[in-house]
Amino acid sequence: MDNMTIIAVASIVTSGITIGFGCMGPALGEGRAVATALTSLAQQPDASATITRTLFVGLAMIESTAIYCFVVSMILIFANPFWNHAIAQVAGK
Amino acid sequence: MRLSPDEMIFWQYGFLKLNATIVFTWALMLVMAGGSKLVTRKLSSGLEHARWQNLLEIIVSGIEKQIEDVGLRNPKKYLGFLGTLFLFVAMANLCTVIPGYEPPTGSLSTTAALALCVFVAVPLFGILDQGLGGYLKSYIEPTVIMLPFNIISELSRTLALAVRLFGNMMSGVMIIGILLTITPLLFPIVMTALGLLTGMVQAYIFSILAAVYIAAATRDREPKPEPASNT
Repeated sequence: MDNMTIIAVASIVTSGITIGFGCMGPALGEGRAVATALTSLAQQPDASATITRTLFVGLAMIESTAIYCFVVSMILIFANPFWNHAIAQVAGK
Repeated sequence: MRLSPDEMIFWQYGFLKLNATIVFTWALMLVMAGGSKLVTRKLSSGLEHARWQNLLEIIVSGIEKQIEDVGLRNPKKYLGFLGTLFLFVAMANLCTVIPGYEPPTGSLSTTAALALCVFVAVPLFGILDQGLGGYLKSYIEPTVIMLPFNIISELSRTLALAVRLFGNMMSGVMIIGILLTITPLLFPIVMTALGLLTGMVQAYIFSILAAVYIAAATRDREPKPEPASNT
Protein backbone atom coordinates (compact mmCIF):
# COMPACT_ATOMS: atom_id res chain seq x y z
CA MET A 1 0.00 0.00 0.00
CA ASP A 2 1.38 3.40 -0.86
CA ASN A 3 1.32 6.51 1.31
CA MET A 4 -1.98 7.91 0.10
CA THR A 5 -3.85 4.68 0.68
CA ILE A 6 -2.51 4.31 4.20
CA ILE A 7 -3.46 7.89 5.07
CA ALA A 8 -6.94 7.48 3.60
CA VAL A 9 -7.67 4.19 5.36
CA ALA A 10 -6.33 5.43 8.70
CA SER A 11 -8.35 8.67 8.51
CA ILE A 12 -11.61 6.99 7.62
CA VAL A 13 -11.34 4.21 10.20
CA THR A 14 -10.20 6.59 12.95
CA SER A 15 -12.95 9.09 12.29
CA GLY A 16 -15.58 6.36 12.47
CA ILE A 17 -14.19 4.96 15.72
CA THR A 18 -13.81 8.46 17.20
CA ILE A 19 -17.43 9.41 16.69
CA GLY A 20 -18.57 5.96 17.78
CA PHE A 21 -16.76 5.96 21.11
CA GLY A 22 -17.26 9.67 21.59
CA CYS A 23 -21.02 9.35 21.68
CA MET A 24 -21.25 6.47 24.15
CA GLY A 25 -19.73 8.10 27.24
CA PRO A 26 -21.66 11.39 27.14
CA ALA A 27 -24.93 9.59 26.40
CA LEU A 28 -24.53 7.40 29.49
CA GLY A 29 -23.54 10.39 31.61
CA GLU A 30 -26.45 12.49 30.41
CA GLY A 31 -28.87 9.65 31.09
CA ARG A 32 -27.72 9.45 34.69
CA ALA A 33 -27.87 13.23 35.08
CA VAL A 34 -31.46 13.43 33.82
CA ALA A 35 -32.50 10.47 35.98
CA THR A 36 -31.14 12.15 39.12
CA ALA A 37 -32.76 15.46 38.13
CA LEU A 38 -36.13 13.75 37.71
CA THR A 39 -35.81 12.12 41.12
CA SER A 40 -35.04 15.43 42.82
CA LEU A 41 -37.86 17.14 40.89
CA ALA A 42 -40.25 14.53 42.22
CA GLN A 43 -39.01 15.13 45.74
CA GLN A 44 -39.04 18.96 45.60
CA PRO A 45 -41.29 20.38 42.88
CA ASP A 46 -40.91 23.98 44.16
CA ALA A 47 -37.23 24.04 43.29
CA SER A 48 -38.00 23.06 39.70
CA ALA A 49 -36.58 26.29 38.19
CA THR A 50 -33.19 25.86 39.87
CA ILE A 51 -33.09 22.13 39.18
CA THR A 52 -33.99 22.60 35.52
CA ARG A 53 -31.43 25.34 35.03
CA THR A 54 -28.67 23.35 36.72
CA LEU A 55 -29.67 20.29 34.71
CA PHE A 56 -29.30 22.16 31.43
CA VAL A 57 -25.94 23.62 32.39
CA GLY A 58 -24.71 20.17 33.41
CA LEU A 59 -26.00 18.60 30.20
CA ALA A 60 -24.20 21.20 28.10
CA MET A 61 -20.93 20.53 29.92
CA ILE A 62 -21.30 16.76 29.35
CA GLU A 63 -22.31 17.33 25.74
CA SER A 64 -19.16 19.29 25.02
CA THR A 65 -16.96 16.18 25.17
CA ALA A 66 -19.15 14.59 22.51
CA ILE A 67 -18.76 17.76 20.47
CA TYR A 68 -14.97 17.54 20.77
CA CYS A 69 -15.07 14.02 19.31
CA PHE A 70 -17.39 15.19 16.53
CA VAL A 71 -15.08 18.07 15.61
CA VAL A 72 -12.07 15.71 15.45
CA SER A 73 -14.04 13.33 13.26
CA MET A 74 -15.06 16.13 10.89
CA ILE A 75 -11.48 17.40 10.69
CA LEU A 76 -10.28 13.91 9.75
CA ILE A 77 -12.80 13.68 6.92
CA PHE A 78 -12.99 17.23 5.55
CA ALA A 79 -9.95 19.23 6.62
CA ASN A 80 -7.31 16.52 6.95
CA PRO A 81 -3.84 18.11 6.77
CA PHE A 82 -2.07 14.81 6.05
CA TRP A 83 -4.42 14.09 3.17
CA ASN A 84 -3.98 17.60 1.77
CA HIS A 85 -0.21 17.22 2.02
CA ALA A 86 -0.29 13.86 0.21
CA ILE A 87 -2.57 15.27 -2.50
CA ALA A 88 -0.27 18.27 -2.95
CA GLN A 89 2.71 15.95 -3.33
CA VAL A 90 0.95 13.83 -5.97
CA ALA A 91 -0.24 16.93 -7.82
CA GLY A 92 3.24 18.45 -7.76
CA LYS A 93 4.93 15.38 -9.25
CA MET B 1 -17.99 20.56 1.81
CA ARG B 2 -17.78 23.93 3.50
CA LEU B 3 -16.79 23.72 7.14
CA SER B 4 -17.45 27.31 8.13
CA PRO B 5 -18.72 30.62 6.74
CA ASP B 6 -15.10 31.84 6.82
CA GLU B 7 -14.63 30.24 3.43
CA MET B 8 -17.36 32.19 1.61
CA ILE B 9 -15.42 35.26 0.50
CA PHE B 10 -17.31 38.18 -1.00
CA TRP B 11 -14.42 40.56 -1.66
CA GLN B 12 -10.69 40.44 -1.29
CA TYR B 13 -7.95 43.07 -1.37
CA GLY B 14 -4.46 41.75 -0.60
CA PHE B 15 -4.85 39.95 2.70
CA LEU B 16 -7.98 41.89 3.75
CA LYS B 17 -10.91 39.55 3.24
CA LEU B 18 -14.60 40.26 3.49
CA ASN B 19 -16.04 36.84 4.23
CA ALA B 20 -19.52 35.70 5.16
CA THR B 21 -18.75 35.67 8.90
CA ILE B 22 -17.90 39.37 8.93
CA VAL B 23 -20.83 40.34 6.70
CA PHE B 24 -23.41 38.45 8.76
CA THR B 25 -21.94 39.67 12.06
CA TRP B 26 -22.18 43.29 10.93
CA ALA B 27 -25.71 42.73 9.60
CA LEU B 28 -26.73 41.31 12.99
CA MET B 29 -25.13 44.23 14.83
CA LEU B 30 -26.95 46.68 12.57
CA VAL B 31 -30.32 44.99 13.08
CA MET B 32 -29.95 44.71 16.85
CA ALA B 33 -28.55 48.19 17.49
CA GLY B 34 -30.89 49.89 15.00
CA GLY B 35 -33.88 47.96 16.29
CA SER B 36 -33.30 48.86 19.91
CA LYS B 37 -32.64 52.50 18.98
CA LEU B 38 -36.00 52.58 17.22
CA VAL B 39 -37.78 50.91 20.14
CA THR B 40 -36.29 53.13 22.84
CA ARG B 41 -36.99 56.43 21.11
CA LYS B 42 -39.95 57.20 23.39
CA LEU B 43 -39.57 55.32 26.66
CA SER B 44 -42.50 55.58 29.06
CA SER B 45 -42.29 54.63 32.73
CA GLY B 46 -46.01 54.79 33.41
CA LEU B 47 -48.42 51.88 33.17
CA GLU B 48 -48.95 52.15 29.41
CA HIS B 49 -46.06 50.76 27.39
CA ALA B 50 -45.58 50.16 23.73
CA ARG B 51 -45.42 46.48 22.84
CA TRP B 52 -41.78 46.39 21.80
CA GLN B 53 -40.72 48.22 24.94
CA ASN B 54 -42.58 45.58 26.93
CA LEU B 55 -40.69 42.84 25.13
CA LEU B 56 -37.31 44.45 25.76
CA GLU B 57 -38.18 44.99 29.43
CA ILE B 58 -39.13 41.33 29.81
CA ILE B 59 -35.85 40.26 28.23
CA VAL B 60 -33.68 42.62 30.27
CA SER B 61 -35.32 41.88 33.62
CA GLY B 62 -35.20 38.15 32.86
CA ILE B 63 -31.45 38.32 32.24
CA GLU B 64 -30.98 40.42 35.37
CA LYS B 65 -32.82 37.85 37.50
CA GLN B 66 -30.76 35.01 36.05
CA ILE B 67 -27.52 36.86 36.83
CA GLU B 68 -28.68 37.40 40.38
CA ASP B 69 -29.64 33.72 40.73
CA VAL B 70 -26.11 32.68 39.76
CA GLY B 71 -24.78 34.54 42.77
CA LEU B 72 -23.58 37.93 41.51
CA ARG B 73 -24.73 40.44 44.10
CA ASN B 74 -24.94 43.55 41.92
CA PRO B 75 -26.39 42.37 38.60
CA LYS B 76 -26.51 45.80 36.95
CA LYS B 77 -22.72 45.94 36.81
CA TYR B 78 -22.51 42.77 34.72
CA LEU B 79 -25.75 43.19 32.81
CA GLY B 80 -24.08 44.95 29.87
CA PHE B 81 -21.47 42.29 29.23
CA LEU B 82 -23.48 39.16 29.97
CA GLY B 83 -26.65 40.47 28.38
CA THR B 84 -24.78 41.32 25.19
CA LEU B 85 -23.22 37.86 25.07
CA PHE B 86 -26.60 36.18 25.44
CA LEU B 87 -28.46 38.43 22.99
CA PHE B 88 -25.79 38.28 20.30
CA VAL B 89 -25.41 34.50 20.40
CA ALA B 90 -29.18 33.96 20.64
CA MET B 91 -29.89 36.29 17.72
CA ALA B 92 -27.12 34.75 15.61
CA ASN B 93 -28.45 31.24 16.22
CA LEU B 94 -32.12 32.18 15.86
CA CYS B 95 -31.71 33.76 12.43
CA THR B 96 -30.82 30.41 10.86
CA VAL B 97 -34.46 30.19 9.81
CA ILE B 98 -33.74 32.90 7.23
CA PRO B 99 -32.76 31.18 3.96
CA GLY B 100 -29.28 31.97 2.72
CA TYR B 101 -28.05 32.91 6.21
CA GLU B 102 -25.03 31.22 7.77
CA PRO B 103 -24.68 31.70 11.54
CA PRO B 104 -21.44 33.56 12.30
CA THR B 105 -21.17 31.47 15.48
CA GLY B 106 -20.62 28.48 13.20
CA SER B 107 -17.13 29.81 12.57
CA LEU B 108 -14.32 29.18 15.05
CA SER B 109 -13.17 32.80 14.66
CA THR B 110 -16.34 34.25 16.16
CA THR B 111 -16.57 31.78 19.04
CA ALA B 112 -12.87 32.13 19.82
CA ALA B 113 -13.29 35.92 19.91
CA LEU B 114 -16.27 35.64 22.28
CA ALA B 115 -14.39 33.20 24.52
CA LEU B 116 -11.39 35.57 24.58
CA CYS B 117 -13.74 38.37 25.69
CA VAL B 118 -14.83 36.20 28.62
CA PHE B 119 -11.20 35.27 29.33
CA VAL B 120 -10.30 38.97 29.63
CA ALA B 121 -13.48 39.95 31.46
CA VAL B 122 -13.17 37.45 34.33
CA PRO B 123 -9.86 38.83 35.74
CA LEU B 124 -11.08 42.36 34.98
CA PHE B 125 -14.22 42.01 37.08
CA GLY B 126 -12.27 40.08 39.72
CA ILE B 127 -9.69 42.87 40.07
CA LEU B 128 -12.38 45.58 40.05
CA ASP B 129 -14.15 43.78 42.86
CA GLN B 130 -11.33 42.49 45.02
CA GLY B 131 -8.26 44.49 44.13
CA LEU B 132 -5.19 43.14 42.35
CA GLY B 133 -3.70 41.39 45.38
CA GLY B 134 -6.97 39.82 46.45
CA TYR B 135 -7.66 38.45 43.00
CA LEU B 136 -4.15 37.07 42.48
CA LYS B 137 -4.33 35.42 45.88
CA SER B 138 -7.27 33.36 44.66
CA TYR B 139 -4.93 31.45 42.37
CA ILE B 140 -3.09 30.01 45.36
CA GLU B 141 -6.44 29.38 47.05
CA PRO B 142 -6.29 25.87 48.62
CA THR B 143 -2.47 25.50 48.54
CA VAL B 144 0.41 26.88 46.46
CA ILE B 145 0.71 23.56 44.64
CA MET B 146 -2.62 24.27 42.94
CA LEU B 147 -1.23 27.31 41.10
CA PRO B 148 -0.42 25.57 37.75
CA PHE B 149 -3.71 23.68 37.87
CA ASN B 150 -5.70 26.86 38.42
CA ILE B 151 -3.98 28.51 35.47
CA ILE B 152 -4.55 25.47 33.27
CA SER B 153 -8.20 25.34 34.27
CA GLU B 154 -8.62 29.01 33.27
CA LEU B 155 -7.20 28.34 29.82
CA SER B 156 -9.10 25.11 29.27
CA ARG B 157 -12.40 26.74 30.33
CA THR B 158 -11.93 29.37 27.66
CA LEU B 159 -11.07 26.77 25.02
CA ALA B 160 -14.08 24.68 26.01
CA LEU B 161 -16.39 27.71 25.69
CA ALA B 162 -15.19 28.40 22.17
CA VAL B 163 -15.23 24.81 20.92
CA ARG B 164 -18.60 24.02 22.52
CA LEU B 165 -20.43 26.83 20.75
CA PHE B 166 -18.59 26.28 17.47
CA GLY B 167 -19.17 22.52 17.50
CA ASN B 168 -22.87 22.83 18.22
CA MET B 169 -23.55 25.37 15.49
CA MET B 170 -21.29 23.76 12.90
CA SER B 171 -22.80 20.35 13.46
CA GLY B 172 -26.31 21.74 13.07
CA VAL B 173 -25.51 23.33 9.72
CA MET B 174 -23.62 20.26 8.51
CA ILE B 175 -26.34 17.76 9.47
CA ILE B 176 -28.93 19.79 7.58
CA GLY B 177 -26.64 19.95 4.56
CA ILE B 178 -26.04 16.20 4.58
CA LEU B 179 -29.71 15.36 5.09
CA LEU B 180 -30.67 17.60 2.17
CA THR B 181 -28.82 15.22 -0.14
CA ILE B 182 -30.39 12.09 1.37
CA THR B 183 -34.04 12.74 2.32
CA PRO B 184 -34.92 16.20 1.04
CA LEU B 185 -38.35 16.98 2.42
CA LEU B 186 -39.16 16.01 6.01
CA PHE B 187 -35.96 15.45 7.96
CA PRO B 188 -34.16 18.74 7.15
CA ILE B 189 -37.15 20.61 8.59
CA VAL B 190 -37.07 18.54 11.78
CA MET B 191 -33.33 18.99 12.09
CA THR B 192 -33.65 22.75 11.55
CA ALA B 193 -36.10 22.90 14.45
CA LEU B 194 -33.68 20.90 16.59
CA GLY B 195 -30.92 23.25 15.51
CA LEU B 196 -32.97 26.23 16.70
CA LEU B 197 -33.48 24.59 20.09
CA THR B 198 -29.81 23.75 20.56
CA GLY B 199 -28.88 27.25 19.38
CA MET B 200 -30.98 28.88 22.10
CA VAL B 201 -29.73 26.42 24.74
CA GLN B 202 -26.12 27.10 23.72
CA ALA B 203 -26.66 30.86 23.91
CA TYR B 204 -28.04 30.44 27.43
CA ILE B 205 -25.20 28.09 28.42
CA PHE B 206 -22.53 30.47 27.11
CA SER B 207 -23.78 33.42 29.12
CA ILE B 208 -24.55 31.39 32.26
CA LEU B 209 -21.06 29.88 32.22
CA ALA B 210 -19.55 33.34 31.79
CA ALA B 211 -21.65 34.52 34.76
CA VAL B 212 -20.53 31.53 36.87
CA TYR B 213 -16.86 32.19 36.08
CA ILE B 214 -17.24 35.87 36.99
CA ALA B 215 -19.07 34.89 40.20
CA ALA B 216 -16.26 32.49 41.10
CA ALA B 217 -13.73 35.30 40.60
CA THR B 218 -15.65 37.88 42.62
CA ARG B 219 -17.10 35.86 45.48
CA ASP B 220 -16.38 36.75 49.10
CA ARG B 221 -13.37 35.00 50.58
CA GLU B 222 -13.96 35.89 54.24
CA PRO B 223 -16.93 34.24 55.97
CA LYS B 224 -19.55 36.87 56.74
CA PRO B 225 -20.53 37.32 60.43
CA GLU B 226 -23.94 35.85 61.19
CA PRO B 227 -26.69 38.51 61.38
CA ALA B 228 -28.02 38.84 64.94
CA SER B 229 -31.47 37.34 65.43
CA ASN B 230 -34.09 39.90 66.38
CA THR B 231 -36.51 37.94 68.55
